[in-house]
Amino acid sequence: MAEIRNYTINFGPQHPAAHGVLRLVLELDGEVIVRADPHIGLLHRATEKLAETRTWLQTVPYLDRLDYVSMMCNEHAYVMAVEKLLSVEVPIRAQYIRVMMDEVTRILNHLLNIGTHALDIGAMTMVLYTFREREDLMDVYEAVSGARLHAAYYRPGGVYRDLPDRMPQYEVNKFKNAETVRRLNEARQGSLLDFLEDFTNRFPTYVDEYETLLTDNRIWKQRTVGIGVVSPERALALGFTGPMLRGSGVEWDLRKKQPYEVYDRVDFDVPVGVNGDCYDRYLVRIEEMRQANRIVKQCIDWLRNDSAKGAGPVITDNRKVAPPSREKMKTGMEDLIHHFKLFTEGMHVPPGEAYAAIEHPKGEFGVYAISDGGNKPYRIKLRSPGFPHLAATDEMAKGHMIADATAIIGTIDLVLGDTDR
Amino acid sequence: MASRLESLCQNLQTVLGDRIAGINTALGEVTLEVAAEHYLEVARTLRDHPDLRFEQLVDLTGVDYSTWGDGAWKGLRFAAVCHLLSVSRNVRLRLRAFAADDGFPVLPSLVQLWNSANWYEREAFDLYGILFEGHPDLRRILTDYGFVGHPFRKDFPISGHVEMRYDPEQRRVVYQPVTIEPREVTPRIIREENYGDAEHG
Repeated sequence: MAEIRNYTINFGPQHPAAHGVLRLVLELDGEVIVRADPHIGLLHRATEKLAETRTWLQTVPYLDRLDYVSMMCNEHAYVMAVEKLLSVEVPIRAQYIRVMMDEVTRILNHLLNIGTHALDIGAMTMVLYTFREREDLMDVYEAVSGARLHAAYYRPGGVYRDLPDRMPQYEVNKFKNAETVRRLNEARQGSLLDFLEDFTNRFPTYVDEYETLLTDNRIWKQRTVGIGVVSPERALALGFTGPMLRGSGVEWDLRKKQPYEVYDRVDFDVPVGVNGDCYDRYLVRIEEMRQANRIVKQCIDWLRNDSAKGAGPVITDNRKVAPPSREKMKTGMEDLIHHFKLFTEGMHVPPGEAYAAIEHPKGEFGVYAISDGGNKPYRIKLRSPGFPHLAATDEMAKGHMIADATAIIGTIDLVLGDTDR
Repeated sequence: MASRLESLCQNLQTVLGDRIAGINTALGEVTLEVAAEHYLEVARTLRDHPDLRFEQLVDLTGVDYSTWGDGAWKGLRFAAVCHLLSVSRNVRLRLRAFAADDGFPVLPSLVQLWNSANWYEREAFDLYGILFEGHPDLRRILTDYGFVGHPFRKDFPISGHVEMRYDPEQRRVVYQPVTIEPREVTPRIIREENYGDAEHG
């Protein structure tokens, strides 16, 4: 009788369903996965080491490049760690802006995740719809920060600038005629908040559309129900956070349990799964998008109220942390000195260590910062949510068919920039 | 919040007693320091004791303290720092243990307690060269296959030691010593306390 051996195959690093450069070594017994060994680090850029050679402020843009589908959330955790070390108060308006942008980011992230997850396991259309909505939200990113992806909008002590009063407009060119441009610009006549509000009014209908496509879809359920089941105890032991943990039925959300910024002032619900499989995690993400939409609406209401409540500065007036206004810098000697020192030498952060964590769309994103009092961090450790999730691939994929590996990679919301750092 | 941290500190004192090498609360976070020989045992107590119950290891990282404060550091060089989270009691704890030997840092592995430690310890081994005794699969994780050295140690230059390029004559990829010059735009400075305050001139 012929000898039967297990197959070992490489999934990636250039596989379209591997979401980047993941090399997954799969050991197969026929079509059943016996062992999955993810090899990561192909996108390792040593962000933490780079941060040690940059000033505290220069590190902010590097954070965008970690999880490149939820940029502002990464920055948020970093600036929170720096603010904790500096003991700086963030103006209330900046806190609302941050919460609003975080939730916009959450929708962006989940749209990408659900779209590509569906694409990976055979539902081509989803990604086309989700990218339609992502386009609007990226325009929001562009309007506030000038960049569609790598925003660099948050600063220690607040945000870079206040929300813009007008949205950028489309212009007629050889691809878009006057009629198309008029239609596209219709929602962009007012301020950023008007545009975003228009989006939040439309968005629940879109989520209904996604659900029509997927939630009761027989093929989608065949591919996700009962795949990659994780029990609540295992989810905790494996270091799961975010939708992965909530999908397993553990009610844990940092926005509720350890509220930061103004999350204790906004009203939202935390969805929790039951079975801990890919399908429940999908449902959790769908519901999180609806809740994020609710939070964005509440933030718009607060920010728009431009009388006593909503107005105010968006960055701290501590001149050792944040620069003075451009105008003052041109006329005041002291402001000029502050500006010069801040952008040549950088801010000095008192010695100590701090860990700040936020509820990132993918889970708990934490920044552990150690300072020795210098103008550069002594050590930054970035706790990315994808890292422990990917480490659990072996446990989740074991005993499943090879085609389910794609479903499992999709459900852990893998972004290699975040995992490899 | 403050009372919760105080009660956590008290619980730690009563449960762990003289196994604590240091405990302090700063910026709303509790840091617990233990000696390397108590590290595993303390971690087990932290997970299992009914008054502590840290179910989750959120993060584990290596730290190289050798250049801290521009030479002000007198203690041991390598430490493993864990961030623990108790989901049931909603508190966090930082646990730090220094490896006894600077030349050959070894610490016990926590994989048997929290499975999430598996990759974190591989990472700390890869980047800092801290060996975790009892780890089932201590391979490099983030650096390239066949990488030499531990890149996050403070004596490892930011530009590395080797660079890789395709050599058209040999028709293969070759490694060679780095050709770029190290460059520092903004020097690292530690100022004295109250530097730049108005009343200090």
